[in-house]
Amino acid sequence: MSEFIKLRKGLDLNIKGKAEAIVEEGSLSETYAVKPTDFIGYHKPKLLVKAGDKVKAGTPLYFDKSQPEISFCSPVSGEVKEIVRGDKRKLLSIVVLADPTITYEEYPKHNVSDISNMSGDDIKAHMMKSGVWPHLIQRPYAVMADPKDSPKAIFVSGFDTNPLAPDYSVLLAGQGENFKTGIAVLKKLTSGKVHLNLDGNGEVPSIFSAVKDIQINKFSGPHPAGNVGVQIHHLDPINKGEIAWTVNPVGVAQIGKLFLEGKYDASKVVALTGSEVKAPKYYKTISGASLVPFLNNNLKSEDVRVISGSVLSGEKIDKDGHIGFYTNNLSVIPEGNYHRFFGSFVPTADRHSFSRAIGLMSFLDKFKFKNQKEYDVDTNVNGEYRAFVQTGVFEQVVPMDIYPVYLLKAILAEDYDEMEALGIFEVAEEDFALCEYVDVSKHDVQAIVRQGIELMQNS
Amino acid sequence: MKKQLEELVHKYKPLFEKGGKLEKFYFIYEAHETLFFQPKEVTKPRGGHIRDAVDMKRMMITVIAALVPCLLFGMWNVGDQHYMYMTQQALVEEFGLGVVPGLMDKVLFGAIQVVPIIAVSYIVGLGIEFTFATVRRHPINEGFLVTGLLLPMVCPSTIPLWQVAVATIFAVVLGKEVFGGTGMNIMNPALTARAFLFFAYPAQISGDKVWVDVDPTLVVDGFSGATILGDAANGVALKGSFMDMFFGFIPGCIGETSTLMCLVGAAILIGSGVGSWRTMLSMLLGGLAMAFVVENVGSEFFGAENFFYHIVAGGFAFGAVFMATDPVSAAQTNNGKYIYGFLAGVLAILIRVINPAYPEGVMLAILLMNVLAPLVDYFVVSANKKRRLKRATV
Repeated sequence: MSEFIKLRKGLDLNIKGKAEAIVEEGSLSETYAVKPTDFIGYHKPKLLVKAGDKVKAGTPLYFDKSQPEISFCSPVSGEVKEIVRGDKRKLLSIVVLADPTITYEEYPKHNVSDISNMSGDDIKAHMMKSGVWPHLIQRPYAVMADPKDSPKAIFVSGFDTNPLAPDYSVLLAGQGENFKTGIAVLKKLTSGKVHLNLDGNGEVPSIFSAVKDIQINKFSGPHPAGNVGVQIHHLDPINKGEIAWTVNPVGVAQIGKLFLEGKYDASKVVALTGSEVKAPKYYKTISGASLVPFLNNNLKSEDVRVISGSVLSGEKIDKDGHIGFYTNNLSVIPEGNYHRFFGSFVPTADRHSFSRAIGLMSFLDKFKFKNQKEYDVDTNVNGEYRAFVQTGVFEQVVPMDIYPVYLLKAILAEDYDEMEALGIFEVAEEDFALCEYVDVSKHDVQAIVRQGIELMQNS
Repeated sequence: MKKQLEELVHKYKPLFEKGGKLEKFYFIYEAHETLFFQPKEVTKPRGGHIRDAVDMKRMMITVIAALVPCLLFGMWNVGDQHYMYMTQQALVEEFGLGVVPGLMDKVLFGAIQVVPIIAVSYIVGLGIEFTFATVRRHPINEGFLVTGLLLPMVCPSTIPLWQVAVATIFAVVLGKEVFGGTGMNIMNPALTARAFLFFAYPAQISGDKVWVDVDPTLVVDGFSGATILGDAANGVALKGSFMDMFFGFIPGCIGETSTLMCLVGAAILIGSGVGSWRTMLSMLLGGLAMAFVVENVGSEFFGAENFFYHIVAGGFAFGAVFMATDPVSAAQTNNGKYIYGFLAGVLAILIRVINPAYPEGVMLAILLMNVLAPLVDYFVVSANKKRRLKRATV
């Protein structure tokens, strides 16, 4: 029983620097890092290694005291080079100096028919030990899944509508068996359905069309149609007390590979995009890799921001930082730390805007360039912080039956009942990312959403 | 030029920043700086890294641009009304034999009346805004740029300037700042101020002496300076045809008379997405519906013969386009806007026809609906909550 859901609200942002569909065998990075800060909602890491220890790919580096069974494992083999700590000795990253060839911790191998005979608990234990568990994300709250839960369904979004988003047919090329096996594993984790949600506008990557026996849904419409939170809202919304899990397709393939080959192989393809990259394309690399070899001699200018993830909802990282656990996309755009002369008044067709207020002409491109025009963007806020004034605009970019401003105000007022009634369980930061983009009053909408989620979690 | 200006502007910035001598006045400095230069602030390290090119200044300027046609026409009309009822002799004395006042004469006369009113409104209003920004340490909001123009446009051109000043103070302090500033106010500040004038100084803002700015000794016999609605309330025959009212060749507040210019403003607001078409459309429908009922109920009221006269007379169009759509004081949900607008339209006509004390009801209707808007939204949002709850228990 597959569903086809057509969404109208939202906004596709067409910006410069899309990756060409070439996968380059990236030169190996020297160092790889596991960053506890990638795993939102888990703040109590306990180290299992110290600097100088030898590790293999798949060797646990630390666990979190709130979920001691779940290991966070090294993506490569080598020597622990450094434990990086920040203020108040907060653990920021564990850096591993990689061996020239990677050796793996050995875990049991399984084939697809084995998996169907395994118990859910065995599968969970296997995943928790070997480093792939954090791929499972729980809704509500969009935090790492709790192994004690049994989700009502598992959702995989097979397309990404973010600006500069990578194409999964490139990210997962040659991973058909792994993906299929990963799906088989997911089916054992829920008593409900496993949903694979595909792009109703574009071509479906063959890797997804080969998967059988799960519910395949199609979504068409502008961003955020590819956001798994929006999809859940339309397929099987999360009510109070319910739990669903989500997994990114790249995570599904890594889970599958673990079961098929008996090793934690954190290799993945990452898209390096953005207007400041000389040659935007895909690179084959390993989770946690240092960015240095990718950005060296590949940037057009110095004053740039490197974003792990999408320009709408990612995280700024240093130029010598490391690729995150969940990152499939790096975006590099210029910093906007300059004053724009009469920036609020001059007419312009070159700056993108959702608004059609006087002088903002980008809406005409719909007709003139058939939405093909690519925009330059930078990190300037383009205005000043103000009280909420304009109404009805957030609603135009959130394709859910939710009143965004009311929810945000309930969060700011720390009104728990109101947050719950207005749908805090159904949203994550990324679902409101477009609100933050279009906001005339320049609020940090996503930070407010996370604040609300944390309030609910701790209540 | 641009570079020199930037250097000049930023040379004094350290004075106003934390630790500077004039730190207290930072927000006043900022308001002027950002007029020329958008801030160089960049997005936070987590969350959205890019932002839309729109900002509050641009949004407010759009509203001002939408008001300009009404304002220019209003200036002309003040002049037109001034000369329309003058005796031949008075005209000859002013212009000479055989010369009639031309377009520029009328605009000039209107400008001389109207520009000082606007100037007083802006100077007094911004002065208070700056004071509040300094004392309460909050940035200066662009909202007053609109309020400061709306208020003069809903006053008669004969209004004493001191009353404009008092009303502006009332608008900013009691209309807005007591609630916590822009974005927190319950009622439209410009209309609040107008209501204040209306009840505090009725002689200067109602009746039949104030709408046409002309010396009573120089007018033709039988002249009445009342508005269309004022005449109608007194049972006097209409002094204009439907088209006169539509184009705005009638006495009234400076900006309100021309329905056509309000439509131009509405086109700008709706086209730019800054004003809500839902509010405007539903207020129009509400007004028409109520006027239609009136036409079929009682014959002694204005509009009893042509119910759509209600839309072009008085401030209905101006209220629907510029006052009811104020996003802060209107209903905030899309469904709420339909209800809010419709009721505002209904109430405006209701007050006009059944209350002899108020020939014009638009101002009071919108203010009343401003107060009721949160209630309307409450019901709309409650419906959303109920849907969610129902889903959970099924």
